Amino acid sequence: MTLALFLQHLANALSLGSLYALIAIGYTMVYGILRLINFAHGDVFMLGAYLAFYSVATFMLPWWGALLLAVLLTAAFGVGLEWVAYRPLRDSPRISVMISAIGASFLIENVAIVLFGGRPKGVTVPDVMNVKLTLGGVSIMSVSLVIPIITFVALAVLLWVVQRTRVGMAMRAVSTDLDAARLQAIDVNRIVSFTFGTGSLLAGVGGIMWSYKYPQLNPLMGVMPGLKCFIAAVIGGIGNIPGAVLGGFLLGGIELLTIAFLPTLTGYRDAFAFVLLIVVLLVKPSGLLGGAAVEKV
Amino acid sequence: MLKVDELSVHYGGIHALQGISLEVPDGAIVSLIGANGAGKSTTLRTIVGLVKASGGAVSWNGDRITGLATKDVVARGVCLVPEGRHVFPNLTVDENLILGAYSRKDRPGIAADRDKVFALFPRLQERMRQKAGTLSGGEQQMLAVGRALMTRPRLLMMDEPSLGLAPLVVKMIFDIVKTINAEGVTVLLVEQNAKAALEIADFGYVLETGRITLSGPGKQLLADEGVRKAYLGDVKPVGAVAR
Repeated sequence: MTLALFLQHLANALSLGSLYALIAIGYTMVYGILRLINFAHGDVFMLGAYLAFYSVATFMLPWWGALLLAVLLTAAFGVGLEWVAYRPLRDSPRISVMISAIGASFLIENVAIVLFGGRPKGVTVPDVMNVKLTLGGVSIMSVSLVIPIITFVALAVLLWVVQRTRVGMAMRAVSTDLDAARLQAIDVNRIVSFTFGTGSLLAGVGGIMWSYKYPQLNPLMGVMPGLKCFIAAVIGGIGNIPGAVLGGFLLGGIELLTIAFLPTLTGYRDAFAFVLLIVVLLVKPSGLLGGAAVEKV
Repeated sequence: MLKVDELSVHYGGIHALQGISLEVPDGAIVSLIGANGAGKSTTLRTIVGLVKASGGAVSWNGDRITGLATKDVVARGVCLVPEGRHVFPNLTVDENLILGAYSRKDRPGIAADRDKVFALFPRLQERMRQKAGTLSGGEQQMLAVGRALMTRPRLLMMDEPSLGLAPLVVKMIFDIVKTINAEGVTVLLVEQNAKAALEIADFGYVLETGRITLSGPGKQLLADEGVRKAYLGDVKPVGAVAR
């Protein structure tokens, strides 16, 4: 393998990894606050892509307007999802909430099939995202350069919010002790809504970027990325935001380097994600950056 | 004044509180004593809205607060220091205190209250940049009380503040309770340490398996034969207690 080819694969891995990271952040934030795995997160991702598609195709918005509108609507959808499917079960056993999450996921997928149709739709990629950039034998599309930038900006902003702002302080409080947070007159519901909104917003951005990178939509497009990004969050240490980003990059890296070095195993690229998950869970069950699980007494 | 009227709570099939009534007059220290599982914590948690009542009512200064969300009860000046302290271990001491004032908007008032807490517990000021999880049990209890004071309570409810603490620290915590009370904050205290709790109380209630079985001024309960047998672990007549 030539150096140029290796760098090419590395660039692809970086771009795919940061896309995974963007979605994994949503899983990890929601888990951090509510100890809930939002199985519908992948479907929120799908919804973001479709909303942007229809904003362009039906409402004739320019691509950036469509992106903005779709992202905001996706965030609102995430808040609404929590309101309908999870909030009524706030003090129920965790298994009930999990079943509700799985139900919500199936519901969204099937409603999407009815509304959007089961046949794949082609996305018109905006010109700025579709520029071929070449540097020393490595060529990538501009969207693949934009995604890592978005991911790192999102990571920096989120870390700042969580560590430095009042709402971030309240988020950390709610995540460690729900009742104690209530006793400080913290509006727990508002914090949870904020968390879902932020996570869904990032999923929406991720879905749209995905549709620029792989310009085809179908109502089940969120299932596999959703599962993989959940794995990424677990690998990094679920509940830990930098961990989710690290997990996303690891997953993207392993997947594309498999293709690079073991081309005959390309068909098994998804299996490597699960192998990585199993290895990490065996060696460090709390994830790479996750602290030791503190049992509440 | 806090008034609890025929309050009932069910946990699944268990009737945890079976219609208890009690009053906490403004400015008083009232103690609620009883054995493990009698329903003391449940009483406090129901008053503050963490547990749903299945019957009866709680009123605060004449307003019914039963069924309100906890944040709204706390915003009205009724505050609970929970059993086991429950400070936020991954936040610094200072952040814990700031969170106590989360619902308040008056910056100067918040700063003044923070100074007041530091004056009350100089140890907290020394450790203000430290994560609360690294504090000792006594320091965490101080922080839990300080954090509660940051909500600017008019009624401070404390659930087992002496649990698991060294006698010297317990004495200090009870002294602080008296100081806070002297500044005009009403106190409702739940304790297994019945002696200490009744000694500082103006009025006391004895809770047994979900019912109030006895009530009276603190000193009178301390002298009560039944209370002494059940909760103070001696049967000697009053006055003969060696100290």
